[in-house]
Amino acid sequence: MKTLLVLVPAAFALTAYLLPSDRLRAWLLPVGGVAHLLLALAAVIAPEPLPVGAWLGLDPLGRLVLLLVSLLFACCSVYGLGYLRFRQQWGTRAFVSCLFLFLSAMSLSVMARHLGILWVAVEATTLASAPLIYFNRNRLSIEATWKYLLLCSVGIALAMLGILFVAYSVLPAPHISLQLDALLAGAGHLSRPWLRAGFVFLLVGFGTKAGFAPLHTWKPDAYGEAPGMVGALLAGGLTSIAFLALLRTMQIMIAAGEAEVAHQALVVMGVLSLFFAAVFVIKQPDFKRLLAYSSVEHMGILAIGFGVGGLAVFGALLHMINNALVKGVLFLTAGNIHRRFDSKRREEVAGAIAVLPVSASLFVAGFLAVTGSPPFGLFVSELTILQGVFSAGRFPLGGYMLLMLAVIFIGMGSTVLAVTLGQPSPRANQVNWNENFLTLAPPAVLLLLVLILGLYLPEPVRAMIKAAAGTLEAGQ
Amino acid sequence: MGNLANLLLLLVILLNFFILGSSRLGACIQTAALQGALLACVPLLMNPISGHTLFLAGSALALKGVVMPWLLFRAIRQVRIRREIDPMIGYVPTLILGTVATAGAFIFSDHLPLVAAHRGSLVIPCGLATLGAGFLMMITRRKALTQALGYLIFENGIFIFGLLLTEAMPLMVEAGVLLDLLVAVFVMGIVVNQINREFSSLNVENLSLLRE
Repeated sequence: MKTLLVLVPAAFALTAYLLPSDRLRAWLLPVGGVAHLLLALAAVIAPEPLPVGAWLGLDPLGRLVLLLVSLLFACCSVYGLGYLRFRQQWGTRAFVSCLFLFLSAMSLSVMARHLGILWVAVEATTLASAPLIYFNRNRLSIEATWKYLLLCSVGIALAMLGILFVAYSVLPAPHISLQLDALLAGAGHLSRPWLRAGFVFLLVGFGTKAGFAPLHTWKPDAYGEAPGMVGALLAGGLTSIAFLALLRTMQIMIAAGEAEVAHQALVVMGVLSLFFAAVFVIKQPDFKRLLAYSSVEHMGILAIGFGVGGLAVFGALLHMINNALVKGVLFLTAGNIHRRFDSKRREEVAGAIAVLPVSASLFVAGFLAVTGSPPFGLFVSELTILQGVFSAGRFPLGGYMLLMLAVIFIGMGSTVLAVTLGQPSPRANQVNWNENFLTLAPPAVLLLLVLILGLYLPEPVRAMIKAAAGTLEAGQ
Repeated sequence: MGNLANLLLLLVILLNFFILGSSRLGACIQTAALQGALLACVPLLMNPISGHTLFLAGSALALKGVVMPWLLFRAIRQVRIRREIDPMIGYVPTLILGTVATAGAFIFSDHLPLVAAHRGSLVIPCGLATLGAGFLMMITRRKALTQALGYLIFENGIFIFGLLLTEAMPLMVEAGVLLDLLVAVFVMGIVVNQINREFSSLNVENLSLLRE
């Protein structure tokens, strides 16, 4: 059952590769996306028991991330059908195949219960997504692809070194296993210096993929040059996967009684990320790169949430869901605006609301949501994290967060409003393309979900987050 | 047995210096291939011969010694370049930095809390030195292809470190890791080719349109 989550997208990738017709291939996207979503829902609603020592399986944390990745992919796949109808000139064989391989690798990383498998799967997500960034085949996108490929590969190589260090910390035990349950059970006997060194490498490695500042330099380029739907999958899906990998290492650190070190390191990463995001968001002339810095910001918020612990962990998990959904709204609508104006520069794009009324309204609503305005879900989750920070007595940290959030709100606001409101710029009719149902419904659905999560938290979702937060507590 | 393994590891360190100091891409790739092939023999010398070590040695020999260098050779044939001209830092300073990194690796590994069986073994200093050499290649060279080669050397360093822990990585995971590495080099080869097509040059300094 659970292996289907990996095999079904892989089978779709193969079909997409073999299918001769570009038109039919585009239809595979929504079919495969919805099929995966149904499988994921089945796995979440009726969880299979997780045998101790299994290499693959879904724990509560895995179920949470699986659901949000699958949901986001399903929305993006419907959008992709509309997008690929417009972009016919290059052929879609590699694009559709790589999208499905990407989904398959993400599902495998979610289910991995062995650090080695986790590594293989996370590296596979990098390799499958690199060709997606190059879809537009120009100088800028090749540059972004090279940076992404090299930086993330080196980052992931460092994570492998970290895993080997963790393995070394098991010595001189007669048998080394990197299976998560085995590591957690024997965590008390791990050699501290090796474990700490391993954690640092894992933090840097998976942190590069999640995009913590100052390891984020590939992010604005990749998100800026990739098609909108790929940006959504990278910013919402892949970052959550990278964070999940980090949380797995956190589990080991917590079980080994080294929670203090790990928490402090995460808070430092979070503080840096918020700072870099705030600096680069101000006067950012490119609205897709702006979204990349917003992603750095939210990685920072998540890192602080997980680093503070306690109540903030619940908030951070909720924030992870919200962040993924709202990134979908923003990137998909930004893609629509970019396509119509054939530009993503703030000087050249203005008054989008007059030519693309729905996309531009959704974009503004997405902006309000992502900056944590009520009544959207991110308001609730950021408030919960802040509550956790203040109740832990860390007032300077909480004050710093509030200040940075305010700066980012103003910085983002100026660009977003300049792009959407006012008189349409001369480029408004640059490309003869109009928004349609397929490119509007997915972001609208995602925004609705963010709104619902802001108004009330359905009991099953709350229970799921509670269970996931439980895996990150000491003595678990 | 252990002596022979140490000898091979010393050779690996020497090859690092050759790669750092050479400007001819073809020679660099051949040296990296030789390095990979030598490394593939080390697990056979360090561990009792079993199905696992045979598989590890065989697949490492095939991939690191033959397939990946062949992919890189194909890439330089397609883009018709022979030499790395004017690296960011000259060859002599790079070699000096490489020496410092190697010396640092030996001093540092003396202070690591190793288990008794690994004390005095060359595996850890050699692994760290190779990691350093790969990293230096990636940051000091301007051609995308030499950066990819640097990544390969870097991965060799991790492979050396992993030799101490062959048991920790089950066969299936080992195979997955090597497969990922192969695909990475393959994708990098394609991207190198595309960079050349877009810019009619492989210098990554052309890749500077995207900045703040």
